[in-house]
Amino acid sequence: MSASLYTRRRVKNVVAMACSILATAIGLFFLVWILWETLSQGISAIKPSLFTKITAYREEGGLANAMVGSLILNVLGILIATPIGVAAGTWLAEYSRRSRLGPTIRFLNDILLSAPSIVLGLFVYTIVVLPSKYLSNGEVTFSGVAGGVALALIALPVIVRTTDEMLRLVPGTLREAALSLGVPQWKLTLQILVRSARSGIVTGVLLALARISGETAPLLFTAFGNNFMTFNPLDKMPSLPQVIYEYTKDPSPDINTLAWAGAFVLTMFVLALSLIARFAFSRSKVSND
Amino acid sequence: MHATASNAGTGADRAHEASRNAKDSRNDILFGGVLKACALLVLAALVGAAGSTLWLGSDAFHTFGWGFLTSAAWDPSNDQYGALVPIMGTVGTALIALVVAVPISFGIALFLTEIAPQWLRGPVASAIELLAGIPSIIYGMWGLFVFAPFVAAHIKPWLMNHFSADPPDGQVSWLVQHVPFVAKFFASEYPFFGAGVLTAGLVLAVMIIPFISSVMREVFQTVPTRLKESAYALGSSTWEVVWDIVVPYTRTAVIGGVFLGLGRALGETMAVAFVLGNTFKFSWSMLETGSSIASTIANQFGEAQGLQRSALMALAFLLFVVTFIVLLIARLMLRRMATKEGR
Repeated sequence: MSASLYTRRRVKNVVAMACSILATAIGLFFLVWILWETLSQGISAIKPSLFTKITAYREEGGLANAMVGSLILNVLGILIATPIGVAAGTWLAEYSRRSRLGPTIRFLNDILLSAPSIVLGLFVYTIVVLPSKYLSNGEVTFSGVAGGVALALIALPVIVRTTDEMLRLVPGTLREAALSLGVPQWKLTLQILVRSARSGIVTGVLLALARISGETAPLLFTAFGNNFMTFNPLDKMPSLPQVIYEYTKDPSPDINTLAWAGAFVLTMFVLALSLIARFAFSRSKVSND
Repeated sequence: MHATASNAGTGADRAHEASRNAKDSRNDILFGGVLKACALLVLAALVGAAGSTLWLGSDAFHTFGWGFLTSAAWDPSNDQYGALVPIMGTVGTALIALVVAVPISFGIALFLTEIAPQWLRGPVASAIELLAGIPSIIYGMWGLFVFAPFVAAHIKPWLMNHFSADPPDGQVSWLVQHVPFVAKFFASEYPFFGAGVLTAGLVLAVMIIPFISSVMREVFQTVPTRLKESAYALGSSTWEVVWDIVVPYTRTAVIGGVFLGLGRALGETMAVAFVLGNTFKFSWSMLETGSSIASTIANQFGEAQGLQRSALMALAFLLFVVTFIVLLIARLMLRRMATKEGR
């Protein structure tokens, strides 16, 4: 009787362990499958004209304007989000100790972090694209600026969160030492705290960059996209994910191949960024200890 | 030097010091105010997103009233809009994703915290987290060009042979003959067409696995070693330790992680936009094509005018409110765990 109970428990254990290993194998299998398809279909589609020609030539063209557009949009997004995000994160970590608002905003920031990006895109459409008709001759214009603002909204919570976490890792003795010397708090924050948490904050910005460079949904109705090389941020601006989206929907197989090439470039860029961010983070951890 | 100056006590130095103190405190207040304003922008973004979609969607809400939620009509040519099909698609795909992703994520977290040898844990955890780094548009492409044909060739015909009333191989299975309603969920007019609610749900499942499993792994690691070792000392097997000690200890946070994944799945656009089929016919079947709120917006907003645009905004509002509530629950549960940990 007790032997059979013992066997039953052992069998149950072995089955559970096997299921767990199987689940991990399934997860890794899908990772390899997706990366493999992107690599194999993408590498064979890579050609020099991809980086020199624009999407206006369709099958004979490349993705040069989309890459330049993506670069501009990402830089815009980061330039808008970084100062605001670092400031907000600093407030959460340093100034909100005695207020109830602090925990609430920290909590809401976590929600913004996984809010549906397409709704954020529509929000930016409402506050940037729609009002543009009052600035121009009554026509609603999509623009790179709107795209940048939309991406900034996605990047913001990432930067806020890492800044907040990194500043809270800074030892309290540093603050006390500075305050006892009579340093005003703004100087303490800017010159001591933010500086000692700098590498962590840079990590946050890199992670935010990795996150926004793969975003498609918020750009559809803000930057909108066009087929030409665009440097003016007040104009419609193409981006790599948006062109991949259009080219994937396209019935022509040649265009789909271009989409795979774009997907390959995009995936490599995003994964490299997150690896660099991780590397920077591991270094910052060492320097903080 | 500063100290000697104030000790000397000349009036000019005092005045200088006082003015500097005043300047510092003014700057402090200003600086704090600017930081606070930036923090309030986070609040403004959430309120703004809800407010703007509600404002622009109010036309549709006024025109259709509560019927907007229950009507299956989505007909731009007659200007009739109901949210039922996109809502069903969103909820259906997210539920399928959860049903598939939760057990797999649990298995992965279990493997990474209890089973795997120490040297294997780091690399496998990083690899799974790499899945979260892949842009969603890549999931969409892979879904359309690779996974949907796979579903059409292998998964869907098998499911239809076993569970539908109109199987491709012509033999209606025992289950379908004896259990009512089963066939309803597996009906499809095109047995060899890959796009559909199930395919989209499976793509979403792959997408949310890294989110759920990393939350589970993190909270599993917070279980005190003393508890686990006590159970082992009493003769428990690894599975019994996990099921009777680890899971009850971390239950709220695990549910929080699941809700976090649900929030992601509900709001995802690009991964499902290609593989759902974007049709607006009401159906209970998970093998039929459908549409989700996010994919409908992505596909139609560009050309939409007037009432259709308002209806899309109304859909966006619904999506935002629902994901907000789901994520709120998720974060509350995760926070309860963090408080218990004393963090």
